[in-house]
Amino acid sequence: MRALEPWVAGPLQTFIDESSARIILLMTTSGQVVAQHGFTRSVEVMTAAALGAAIVASTEELAKVMGSPRFAALVHGGNRQSCMLSAFGTPRGRWIGLVVFGSETSVGLVQLFFDQMVEQLVTVAPREQPQGQPLPEHFERELNTSLKELFGR
Amino acid sequence: MASQRAMTEADAALERITQVPGIRGSLLISGSDGLVVAERLMEGIDGRAIAALAASLVQRLDRATNRAGMRAPTFVHLKGNSGSVLAAPGRSDLVLVAVASTDANLGLARMQMLDAVGRLV
Repeated sequence: MRALEPWVAGPLQTFIDESSARIILLMTTSGQVVAQHGFTRSVEVMTAAALGAAIVASTEELAKVMGSPRFAALVHGGNRQSCMLSAFGTPRGRWIGLVVFGSETSVGLVQLFFDQMVEQLVTVAPREQPQGQPLPEHFERELNTSLKELFGR
Repeated sequence: MASQRAMTEADAALERITQVPGIRGSLLISGSDGLVVAERLMEGIDGRAIAALAASLVQRLDRATNRAGMRAPTFVHLKGNSGSVLAAPGRSDLVLVAVASTDANLGLARMQMLDAVGRLV
């Protein structure tokens, strides 16, 4: 498990231990990666982050069309493994969690411990914003920097 | 219409179980997903958490007995210091769950649950 900010590591590790999730990716709604567990290659993280952020954006627009507030979570059920996408608010802005889990756990357990992780993240998040907010024109450089930090190379 | 009838039966089953003295609530859950299908709970009981954990417990016991060459459990009683969780797996991946206090009439609850789970589609 690798996290860009140390305060994310504790709640994320608890979630991994309790839920038995295979893969988790925490990112901002713009697809900037915050933490990951289970990925072995940075290209997979980039793809998953971009697709996850796009899916959440699409479903939020779909919710608007249907006249309902945001969907709480989106679950894709599979035979061997399933995937859950859920956006949530933090003092650092709106984040997205992408969780891949198998038959060793269940969607109910994953959702339960995910919600607990979100509560813990909201509690432990530093209230002050990090210095040097990334600008859209620096997106690629920021992405490469965060991937280097996440994969240690 | 069939699903409406099934829900009415489920609600009636939950009602009967919660009328047993000492039963603080009952739920019908999906065994593989750990999600709530129907519930009748006292205030302060987190149905979502009970559903997720009870489903996990039943699933693991099912796997354990299977590997040991035994038949799947028909009734599970998890006893704690401040009460019990009872679970009766049924057909169609459904599990009937009850939350009982320490002074509950567990024998009557068990009888009601086994009777109800046998009737559920």
